Amino acid sequence: MGKIIIHQERITDYEALTELCPFDAIEVVRRPVNGHDIDLGAGAQGYSLLKALRINENCKVCKLCVKNGPEGVFEFVEEKRPAIDKTQWRGIAVYVDHAEGNIHPVTYELIGKAKAMAAKIQHPVFCVFMGHDIGPQAEKLLAYGVDEVFVYDDEALAHFRIEPYTAAFEDFIAGQKPAIVLVGGTTVGRSLAPRTAARFRTGLTADCTILDVQDNTDLDQIRPAFGGNIMAHIYTPNHRPQFATVRYKIFSAPACELKPHGKITPQHIAREKLHSAIRVLDMQRKQFDRGIEEAEALVVAGRGVGKEENLALVQQLADKLGAQMACTRPLAENGWMDPKRQIGLSGRTVKPKLIITCGVSGAVQFTAGMDGAERIIAINTDPQAPIFKVAHYGLVGDLNEILPHLIKYLQSHGDAVECAA
Amino acid sequence: MKIIVCIKQVPGTSEVAVDPDTGVLKRSGIDSKMNPYDLYAIETALRIKERCDAHVKVLSMGPPQAREVIEEAYWMGADEGVLLSDRKFAGADVLATAFTLSQGIKVGGIPDLIICGKQTTDGDTAQVGPEMAEFLDIPHVTNVNRIVETRPDVLVVDMDLPDSIQTVEVRYPCLITVEKGIYEPRLPSFVRKTETKDRPVPVLKLKDFEDTDEINYGLTGSPTQVRRIFPPAANVEQQIWQDAPEILAKRIYGAMLEEKLI
Repeated sequence: MGKIIIHQERITDYEALTELCPFDAIEVVRRPVNGHDIDLGAGAQGYSLLKALRINENCKVCKLCVKNGPEGVFEFVEEKRPAIDKTQWRGIAVYVDHAEGNIHPVTYELIGKAKAMAAKIQHPVFCVFMGHDIGPQAEKLLAYGVDEVFVYDDEALAHFRIEPYTAAFEDFIAGQKPAIVLVGGTTVGRSLAPRTAARFRTGLTADCTILDVQDNTDLDQIRPAFGGNIMAHIYTPNHRPQFATVRYKIFSAPACELKPHGKITPQHIAREKLHSAIRVLDMQRKQFDRGIEEAEALVVAGRGVGKEENLALVQQLADKLGAQMACTRPLAENGWMDPKRQIGLSGRTVKPKLIITCGVSGAVQFTAGMDGAERIIAINTDPQAPIFKVAHYGLVGDLNEILPHLIKYLQSHGDAVECAA
Repeated sequence: MKIIVCIKQVPGTSEVAVDPDTGVLKRSGIDSKMNPYDLYAIETALRIKERCDAHVKVLSMGPPQAREVIEEAYWMGADEGVLLSDRKFAGADVLATAFTLSQGIKVGGIPDLIICGKQTTDGDTAQVGPEMAEFLDIPHVTNVNRIVETRPDVLVVDMDLPDSIQTVEVRYPCLITVEKGIYEPRLPSFVRKTETKDRPVPVLKLKDFEDTDEINYGLTGSPTQVRRIFPPAANVEQQIWQDAPEILAKRIYGAMLEEKLI
């Protein structure tokens, strides 16, 4: 943390230095002598306009100018905050995501990751469970080896409303001081986690795909970034707790413990703290459809299918395999397929045994949603398509030509199996 | 009713070159555009304005060039706009960005309603809205996919949860984030473009804010930092085949049989 300052007196060629910045943040300006940002040393007199170099709002503090510029012109000045005492923060806490007490499976996946990291740094694993009449559900969490489940059970928490839920979360964090807080990247999680992180003026990285912990308890928060072409390793070096959200199916659910050892701790919070300016008027349940996340086999249609009619071919393949159909973002956005079937960072994450992508280029925002699949088969006409970097089997060709043959083979296979039965 | 819509200018394309030495992205020279999710936020505000005589102000944080998205909002029908732009805001993560935006809002006074798009196409975090609401100490509702009613003291909206749609009533002042598809955003109008061509985009800097302590802004005010950037891992055990369609079909069928995938 710091800023870049310019030592004007060491500059010889102003215009050339503006080339150093890829963001056009360095500009040549004219300033009065003895004006704000220029110090020409003692003895400078008179009033006239001098050339100067200025860094403007485009600056991303990437420090390329410091690195590549002439010696001593650009300097990065560290601004040290006092370092916090990280030993005061202990524990990895997992927020229990649920709807009317039904625990969302992402919770178990996060508990698994929390336990793996906790083992490295010898910290306990906590759960924070808030709702109404959730006592019996809390027991389920102990089966996954959680050390302590903190339960906030109050009528005011019956439905998700941001203020009472944040208040309960705040109460837990202030009381237990966990080093790390993991929240599922669900609708509720993505609303609650940032609000709570802001309450503690601490950092939060959303949609992490990889998590790990250092010996000093710093959390490695890793996710695809900058258009998806690279992975970014983000960390929260000097704030606690460290928040991260992770979407469903990024991590695997852990096995249950044979002998649960943890305890359930009911928490009490003053009614006034659970006030809210929100009232839930009505709730309409959606029809539960077996989502693509639960499918063992998936066939994905991408832009390469070409015409909407060709989707029928892809559907046929899916039917022959007993697989569900899914799609990429463009096909959801242009209405060819239900957005609930979209795979990717802004869609769903899947981890099937088999996934076959048809005409999908494989941008990182897509592959982040499926690269955990056991077997990936990709069909694309472009041998340079990024999908081939993650596929186990890559078929370079036109899906509209390949699929009819493959469907015939599968059909004859199905017939043979039927006869044998 | 006073409404503020928070908008952002984002890179036009997600294809971004990365400097191999510093790991820093090179964004200069790439077309910029309004964050698509923000179009829905602006449209929501304008629909409410049509219903009940509201004043719509747009607010953005960015370099001077970001004034372009504010002007685009004028052409859609926004009444007023302001750009928060200062070198001291540079390098901000979500917390510092949300704080900066909340300070910018406080300058003109907290409105009845703040509307944000769900997320941006460059950051993709969907965190700024909720964090802003926290700094302004107002309730917030995310994933709004319908404005049910605008009453004098409360707003009634539908919240899109995975298992249900919840209809909630929230008192003003409040903040909502809206989903794509809540409405069909209108196109900028040529008439409005002409009408507003001389309307300025005022700029606010750190010195205009209530909190002028630099430590809360920009890189210094960001609890998260990028430690390093690296290319995504390549997959192991790969086979890539190029052949006639029928041969490819036969080969993959064989492979699937062998691996007991069918």
